[in-house]
Amino acid sequence: MDLNAPHTMGTTIIGVTYNGGVVLGADSRTSTGMYVANRASDKITQLTDNVYICRSGSAADSQIVSDYVRYFLHQHTIQLGQPATVKVAANLVRLVSYNNKNMLETGLIVGGWDKYEGGKIYAIPLGGTIIEQPFCYWSLITSPFITGSGSTYLYGFFDQAWKEGMTKDEAEQLVVKAVSLAIARDGASGGVIRTVIINSEGVTRNFYPGDSLPLWHEELPPQNSLLELLHSSSPEPMNV
Amino acid sequence: MNLMDSSHSNPMSLCSQADSQRTLYPYVTGTSVIGVKYKDGILMAADMGGSYGSTLRYKSVERMKPIGKHSLLGASGEISDFQEILHYLDELILYDNMWDDGNSLGPKEVHSYLTRVMYNRRNKFNPLWNSLVLGGVKNGQKYLGTVSMIGVHFEDNHVATGFGNHLARPILRDEWHEDLSFEDGVKLLEKCMRVLLYRDRSAVNKLQIAKITEEGVTISQPYSLKTFWGFSAFQNPTVGAEGSW
Repeated sequence: MDLNAPHTMGTTIIGVTYNGGVVLGADSRTSTGMYVANRASDKITQLTDNVYICRSGSAADSQIVSDYVRYFLHQHTIQLGQPATVKVAANLVRLVSYNNKNMLETGLIVGGWDKYEGGKIYAIPLGGTIIEQPFCYWSLITSPFITGSGSTYLYGFFDQAWKEGMTKDEAEQLVVKAVSLAIARDGASGGVIRTVIINSEGVTRNFYPGDSLPLWHEELPPQNSLLELLHSSSPEPMNV
Repeated sequence: MNLMDSSHSNPMSLCSQADSQRTLYPYVTGTSVIGVKYKDGILMAADMGGSYGSTLRYKSVERMKPIGKHSLLGASGEISDFQEILHYLDELILYDNMWDDGNSLGPKEVHSYLTRVMYNRRNKFNPLWNSLVLGGVKNGQKYLGTVSMIGVHFEDNHVATGFGNHLARPILRDEWHEDLSFEDGVKLLEKCMRVLLYRDRSAVNKLQIAKITEEGVTISQPYSLKTFWGFSAFQNPTVGAEGSW
């Protein structure tokens, strides 16, 4: 076991816009090689009151990028005299990612709400491209030269399940379902699902523990012990 | 006198630029761009795909953009580098406008600027990983040129990047002629784009066609091409040779 392997967040991160804001979601697994270094990490980090960032890839790289951008945005907000826009935040992230592309290995999703454009999501993959989309997701951030890496089926899921103009609850349910599916199949994702909902009213954080998630193919309901299973199949009739 | 050392030249770079930046590899890439001269100006076509290795990751990437009043730029290769080139050109056009002298940079000048940028980056072993198509019209003169990531540049009546070089240019050599009408030009480009769709793995069936004339730039809405699969030979291709393909 390589304990000196860099901490990466193999990760599933998702950002989805809905009618009135955005929903960001992420799993909580941080791995060091094959070992799970942190099973309850928080990959959704605050940049400003109204803009959050989902981090994936190298834990160190994504944290330092967020820290720099938070620092720049803080100064920008003071100079501007009002909350920064999501577009500005995303472009700052892009600048750091692009200008240090040789050294960084992190894929990021910036999401938030501002009074000019409402809810917006920006994807900033490896290399520092910036792409504005109604929804983005990242699963298994590894070298792009591995074909069909874990996220292929998430593409299929979103192609089928995404709709325009969802409500806040529909969007959150979609995010939770998608992260849950990814956790089921991606060894680099796991733990709990965290969501952050950002709209004109503010920010709401939600927490879905691993045992509250729906079960997928070949998964079984969790038990306390085999002993309970054995007792529940006893031949004594149950009393009404 | 230059008072700034290399560590200050880019505040967004987290280390001093003395750390050598070497040749990179592309991450999110666009595939072919095709350009042809026609009667009123230039027609250019590109699909809207942004591939991430072999995955067709992004399907709404605009790879053609207007530059100033007289030019249109299409790019294949790394999208982040294309976005950076657009920033450079923004600044170039801004400074040109600030002269406020009634003159404006034409396609030939923009092409020359891009060539210098690409070649100089190549000399520093830090290329912008793009192949560019630059077309435009100024004072009735049509111009169509291309620049590669190593600075190879030339102008022609029809150009293409990437797979387009191999699949589209033979078609264009055969069927292009002087003074194509708009309709014929579009049909010719669509013919090339369809072949690319059949034969280029990184092609995506969502494209735009852009036109630049003396009047200005128009970039079409995204649309998809119909494909033909009705050859009888496609029905049972391995009859008589089971196991073959």
